[in-house]
Amino acid sequence: MSDYILYPGCSMETGARAYYDSLKAISKPIGLNLKEIDDWNCCGATEYFGISKTPAYALIARNLALAAEQAANGTRKVVAPCSACYLNLAKADHYMREQPKLGRQVNEALAAGNLSYKPGSLDIHHLLDVIIYDIGLDVVEKNVVRPLKGVRVAPYLGCMVPRPDYDHRWSDHDLPVELDMLLKTLGADVVDYPLKTECCGGHMPQISPATAFEMLRRLISVADERDTDVMTTICPMCQLNIDGYQGEMNGFFGTNYHMPILFFTQLMGLAFGIDPKELGFGLELVSARNVLDAIGVKAPPETPPAPPRRPRKPEGLPMPTPLANPQIETLKKEVTK
Amino acid sequence: MTEALTISSTPVSDPKQIEDLTLLKEVASRTAGVSNLEMCIQCGTCGGSCPSAVEMEDTPRRLFAMLRAGMREEALKSNTPWICVSCYHCVVRCPQNIHIPDVMYTLKTMAVDAKLVQDSTAPDFSQTFVDMVEDYGRSFEIGLASRHYLKHFPLRLTNMVPMGMGMLSKKRMNLTPTRIKNMKQLKAILKRAKELEAEQ
Repeated sequence: MSDYILYPGCSMETGARAYYDSLKAISKPIGLNLKEIDDWNCCGATEYFGISKTPAYALIARNLALAAEQAANGTRKVVAPCSACYLNLAKADHYMREQPKLGRQVNEALAAGNLSYKPGSLDIHHLLDVIIYDIGLDVVEKNVVRPLKGVRVAPYLGCMVPRPDYDHRWSDHDLPVELDMLLKTLGADVVDYPLKTECCGGHMPQISPATAFEMLRRLISVADERDTDVMTTICPMCQLNIDGYQGEMNGFFGTNYHMPILFFTQLMGLAFGIDPKELGFGLELVSARNVLDAIGVKAPPETPPAPPRRPRKPEGLPMPTPLANPQIETLKKEVTK
Repeated sequence: MTEALTISSTPVSDPKQIEDLTLLKEVASRTAGVSNLEMCIQCGTCGGSCPSAVEMEDTPRRLFAMLRAGMREEALKSNTPWICVSCYHCVVRCPQNIHIPDVMYTLKTMAVDAKLVQDSTAPDFSQTFVDMVEDYGRSFEIGLASRHYLKHFPLRLTNMVPMGMGMLSKKRMNLTPTRIKNMKQLKAILKRAKELEAEQ
């Protein structure tokens, strides 16, 4: 077993629950022993940097300091499954070294909470990096009992893992091959997807919807043109934008795309023969049942529909019966005359 | 004609007269890490690599030229930093290794401070997000989304219903925020960090 300190990040408990569920399911078979940072906080995503620099870095550094305390009696390797979380941790660590003044200020802020962090004392990785380069594809291959034969998967990494890549870990900034290799190991038919590291729009659906929809349209249409059955990603934000906003994007352009997107750990679990329900299948808004059908796995039942409303009593509430009105009767007779 | 002659006869021996780098230096010093902003050679690789450049009033190259020219108001009014999606395409291609998204973050902060922001949608979103993080230590999607959409996109709410209902019924959004245990510690750290930021 290899030990890692886990920084899950906020979305793993909410929007990307399928990612967390599937990560927990696959970690044992591949020998990944994850220990969560105790009382971690949000990394600030891409929002806090634009508000104020020192607080933004102090917010990230609290996690680094807590992780470093935990690392004192074990591994110093930190793994983040979320791309933004990974980049923020790596960036804070990198800039605190590159600019010692920032390092001093962040530590001065941390001191107010009785914490400190010496930059460079942790080794920060993204989950895909750990699986490819630490665990190894041979270990992954040994666990494959249900190859994803005939499933056309488009590997989609998004921006923040292969770039800026401070430690030069990835094979390429624009077209890295790591995710393709993993999918091949799972037996999938890997789509040659040229937009694999293009941006999903990030927070643009909340800021400039037209910009966001155009960015999503590019990603989805190119995957669709290449007969993709399912896209797979390594980032909660990418998954949310392509899955969650696809309906609104279709409405915006008058298109009718149906492009499911799953986390790569869900596909790993599927190939490992794990029950799709344990892997968070069915949590996606654009259904990926086609993937399960293609390899002959029974799909978990859809979210049960709301229970039908209690049928109304046919007689309804007791109402007074209208009394015979002689005046109306005479009026009716006059009208019909 | 006389005007042209006057310009051409301006002495150029004193570099201070032709270049005022105060703004450029201020932006660089407020940016995290070593920004290399003053190293820009105006090649335009950044704008050419940018997936959202079409929406920008100024490409990053032009914006950096504006900073060098000391055009404070014009640069801080530009929508460019707010359109940047932090995809880092420009960063890995920049021959001068300029930390472009980090410069954009600095310009956002400066534009808010100088009250020169033209469209409040993006800064409001960031501020709402940060407010939630400062209150709970975690992000809180449904609180953020409802506050933001009601203010900025009320007409989009009907289009959002299927997604919102889907996210809620699949329990991909929590109705109540999650709070970290040691909120007191985080608040103390952020309070001190804000003081340090203000001192600069």
